[in-house]
Amino acid sequence: MKELIMIIVGSALVNNVVLSQFLGLCPFLGVSKKTNTAAGMGGAVVFVITVASALCSIIYEQILVRLHMEYLQTIVFILVIACLVQFVELVLKKYSRALYSALGVYLPLITTNCAVLGVALINVTKEYSLVPSIINGFGTAAGFTIAIIIMAGIRERIEYNDVPKSFQGSPIVLVTASLMAIAFFGFAGLKL
Amino acid sequence: MNKYAERLYNGIIKENPTFIIMLGMCPTLAVTTSGNNGLYMGLTTTVVLAASNLLISALRKAIPDKVRIPAYIVVVASLVTIVQLLLEAYLPVVNELLGIYIPLIVVNCIILGRAEAYAAKNPIGVSLFDGIGMGLGFTAALTIIGSFREILGAGSIFGFKITPDSFEPITIFILAPGALLTMALLTALQNKMKLPSATNGSGKNNIGCGGDCSHCGGSICTTNREVISAKNEIASAKADEAKKSGSNNNNEKED
Repeated sequence: MKELIMIIVGSALVNNVVLSQFLGLCPFLGVSKKTNTAAGMGGAVVFVITVASALCSIIYEQILVRLHMEYLQTIVFILVIACLVQFVELVLKKYSRALYSALGVYLPLITTNCAVLGVALINVTKEYSLVPSIINGFGTAAGFTIAIIIMAGIRERIEYNDVPKSFQGSPIVLVTASLMAIAFFGFAGLKL
Repeated sequence: MNKYAERLYNGIIKENPTFIIMLGMCPTLAVTTSGNNGLYMGLTTTVVLAASNLLISALRKAIPDKVRIPAYIVVVASLVTIVQLLLEAYLPVVNELLGIYIPLIVVNCIILGRAEAYAAKNPIGVSLFDGIGMGLGFTAALTIIGSFREILGAGSIFGFKITPDSFEPITIFILAPGALLTMALLTALQNKMKLPSATNGSGKNNIGCGGDCSHCGGSICTTNREVISAKNEIASAKADEAKKSGSNNNNEKED
């Protein structure tokens, strides 16, 4: 149990996926203009990454390792993720219109989100079995959601600030992200 | 200038993927802690990009339009796997330095972007040179950013110490926040000097979705969705009307 808590804290805060590993930077910079859209994107990412890391872990352990085809991991994972996102979109569309209208818009964007493939690959490199993989996926996605929501909150405030002309637009967003990354460095001191 | 040299010039200077079009930001920020790392990452990506452009261009008439994206992804993923295995065998140092970012080349938007925007429509020769040009542009950009961060953050360049001992390296530049700060300064400089760049909307690109990740926010997906649903509604309304008028006509005839 203690190990699982360590994994979740480590992946969500200490090694934050966006601010220290630079995975999933495009949605982090792109979808962080308003807090509610940021929360929607975060929700979709939590859902997809958790399911994808479970699925990839099962496929890796049960099929690829048994057949000694570990080298196929990249191809298999990317295809599994792409199919999964399509499948989730179809299921949501059919059975839950409310959830679909909240998350559906972001699903196509997630296929190319490198955080999803990144988590699946990290699980393999760290040799996590099924449960730690799911926990690691969930923690990483939670870290993404925390970062993107904080970012959106700050960006809503920046709208009212007098930013120098050449820093308007994406430069000020990158400066903000940089300051957030410094703040997240504080978590590296956590003694677990 | 012949067409092959033109493709190289286009990739390295005119449409530089990092400085002008701003694609593939994840590896750009993550691996540029030193000039060497930037160079290795850039060259690895160049090999994949040139090979994928070549293969996709050769297969462009065989791949059906509807399944082209999955087909491209499979081609790119296979090439990345091959490159990764070669690196493991012959250059294990590079493989250890870049780690997880090598398999992540699959989801680098530059590669799918070039496949979609160029290789799928052009003959093999120019597509290959387009890939090499874009790859070299990416390599140059990563090496420049990496060297900049290395000089400020470690006081060395390509591993050789160049600053005097009295210079205290600004360590933050080789840590994660430094990457974002470097990128912020670069884009601010581009805005100030009114250089073409995707961040101020003047960068030219012809990718399916516009490729403007920093300003997109999923809005293009939303608009597409709205357009499609609006079209469907109009079509169903028309169908209903046609049915009604059809039955009306029948009624009139009966009358």
